[in-house]
Amino acid sequence: MKRRSLAAIAPYLWLLAFFLFPFLLVAKLSLSDQALAMPPYAPRLDLAAGVAGIASFLKALDLETYLRLASDRLYLVSYLSSLKFAAVGTVILLLIGYPMAYGMSRFPPAGRQALLMAVILPFWTSFLIRIYAWVAILKPQGLLNAALQGLGLPALSILNTETAVYLGLVYAYLPFMVLPLYAVLERQDPSLMEAAADLGASPLQAFWRVTFPISMPGVAAGALLCFIPMVGEFVIPDLLGGPGTLTLGRTLWTEFFANRDWPAASAVAIVMLVTLVAPLVFLQRRASTLAAAS
Amino acid sequence: MRAGGLAFVAALLLAACSQDGGRKPARASDTLHIYNWSDYIDPALLADFTKRTGVKVVYDTFDSNEVLETKVLQGDTGYDLVVPSNNNVARYIQAGAIEPLDRARLAGLDKLDATIMAHMAPFDPGAKYTVPYMWGTVGIGYNVDAVAKRLPGVKIDSWAIAFDPKSLAKLKDCGVYFLDASEDMFATALNFLGKDPNSKSAADYQAATDLLLAARPYVRKFHSSEYVDALANGDICLAIGYSGDVLQAKARADEAKNGVKIAYAIPKEGGQIWFDVFVTPKGAPNPDAAYKFLNFMLEPATIARASNFTKYANANAAATPLLDAEVRDNPNIYPPPEIAGRLFVTTAKDQALLRDVNRRWTQVLTGQ
Repeated sequence: MKRRSLAAIAPYLWLLAFFLFPFLLVAKLSLSDQALAMPPYAPRLDLAAGVAGIASFLKALDLETYLRLASDRLYLVSYLSSLKFAAVGTVILLLIGYPMAYGMSRFPPAGRQALLMAVILPFWTSFLIRIYAWVAILKPQGLLNAALQGLGLPALSILNTETAVYLGLVYAYLPFMVLPLYAVLERQDPSLMEAAADLGASPLQAFWRVTFPISMPGVAAGALLCFIPMVGEFVIPDLLGGPGTLTLGRTLWTEFFANRDWPAASAVAIVMLVTLVAPLVFLQRRASTLAAAS
Repeated sequence: MRAGGLAFVAALLLAACSQDGGRKPARASDTLHIYNWSDYIDPALLADFTKRTGVKVVYDTFDSNEVLETKVLQGDTGYDLVVPSNNNVARYIQAGAIEPLDRARLAGLDKLDATIMAHMAPFDPGAKYTVPYMWGTVGIGYNVDAVAKRLPGVKIDSWAIAFDPKSLAKLKDCGVYFLDASEDMFATALNFLGKDPNSKSAADYQAATDLLLAARPYVRKFHSSEYVDALANGDICLAIGYSGDVLQAKARADEAKNGVKIAYAIPKEGGQIWFDVFVTPKGAPNPDAAYKFLNFMLEPATIARASNFTKYANANAAATPLLDAEVRDNPNIYPPPEIAGRLFVTTAKDQALLRDVNRRWTQVLTGQ
């Protein structure tokens, strides 16, 4: 009995230690003042002073960092731009990843293992090196243009544009889309398709009315696995994007490094987390109540 | 398994709580940790230092003052020596992030060039905290043939080449890079507009912002180190960059014999002169090794070899005669008096001005 309750609270302890505790630290930092010191901020909240410390903190609370985030359009624009990169990237990933996963799951088992290895293989090289490889491919005198030139085609300038960012995002996150999709598609009972065919469904109808609904958990898992990290992605837009490529990651970088404004960087992170996680939790709740109702 | 997992979490929490006790990893007393700019030292020098003193060197690199300063202000960098630029040093000192040097333990300080040291005085009065490494300028690096083809007969001697949309439009197709360094770029733009590069006036910064915004559509990338390779490979034809970096690009292109001819110009309107200095972060694990290394770098023969490699000037007067002729006699490295007179030094900005300048820089980069 005791073991069971321990098992039940373990995930909560995990969340407490690795999510809530850091979140509160960052939240506290976001309410601090910037200072020329080491580290470069002056905490407003003095927990050591107990209730009096909290009271004086609340009295002096001016939320100036958050007000600045609201008054400067830059933060909103970079947030929306990051959402756009992540959303468009997720859609492209689904369009490419789904047929890939579907094809893999319909392969003979021996071949599946090899294909699975091929999807995972890029992870054996460093993420940074793979993105730098794209720089070498896409740059004006790079491999792509050398190949195009060899074929007598006009050169393309893709590097440092949004197209390059999408290329990089899709390339880097494709395994995270393919693997969860493959996992659900592979488990699907083939007799379901036979039953659909027996009942007169065309292969396309059978796919849309049987296979696709069954694979929804995989679609949701893959989309979330890709969407959330892509919103905060810094390296790919920084290396492949152009000067106008605005993302939350870069805005955070500027606050943290160029302005040495840790409170502002923390506030950006908090706002991002709250506006991103809250709707997701809500959606998940809804989905599970719907599932329970049916 | 679960219980094991919990024990692991508990161990992590304990480790987090006992930060002060467990924070500083034990380090071998014969290892020196240096954090310096990328492509900024002759690796053979480090090997010689180890051979002579028996001190092993762990050498890491960065490519912006922002990254360095954030790391140092965070504390416990684990580095014994780091190399910030002059206008950042004042903030390090104010924040108490670096240790004063014991000058009695340093030999050869008297050989440092008095004029250069006078330039450093506003940032580190009395040179209590810093030992100079290299100094250089901000100017224009360009691909001689590619620019001549697009701007025939134009002499590259003015910032107008890099800021005037008319000339930039002709260079756009072959590629223009600007530094991604807000303070350096604004100082350069202000100077070109005939304003004080250390201005505190919002109107001046607005004028500089407008100038940079007008140039922006023609700039392929804002980056502080990629232009070295890009110039050397012939990927771009013009960059606003640091003197030694451009000259390194030239050296690489010459070495590769790829037919790319790179040149550097300090425009007639003048340019920024800057200094990179060695400092010891607070809590450096091995200050003794740091002093050994500083004394090594203060030897004229050593610093001359360093300059021959980096193509940057050093502050050691006794080293000048020991330099390669191509470095010593290069007016872009050791500018003659008439050019040197047009160079300016930037000063440290207060937090509000710094935030304003960086906000404007974001506007230049993104249009937002």
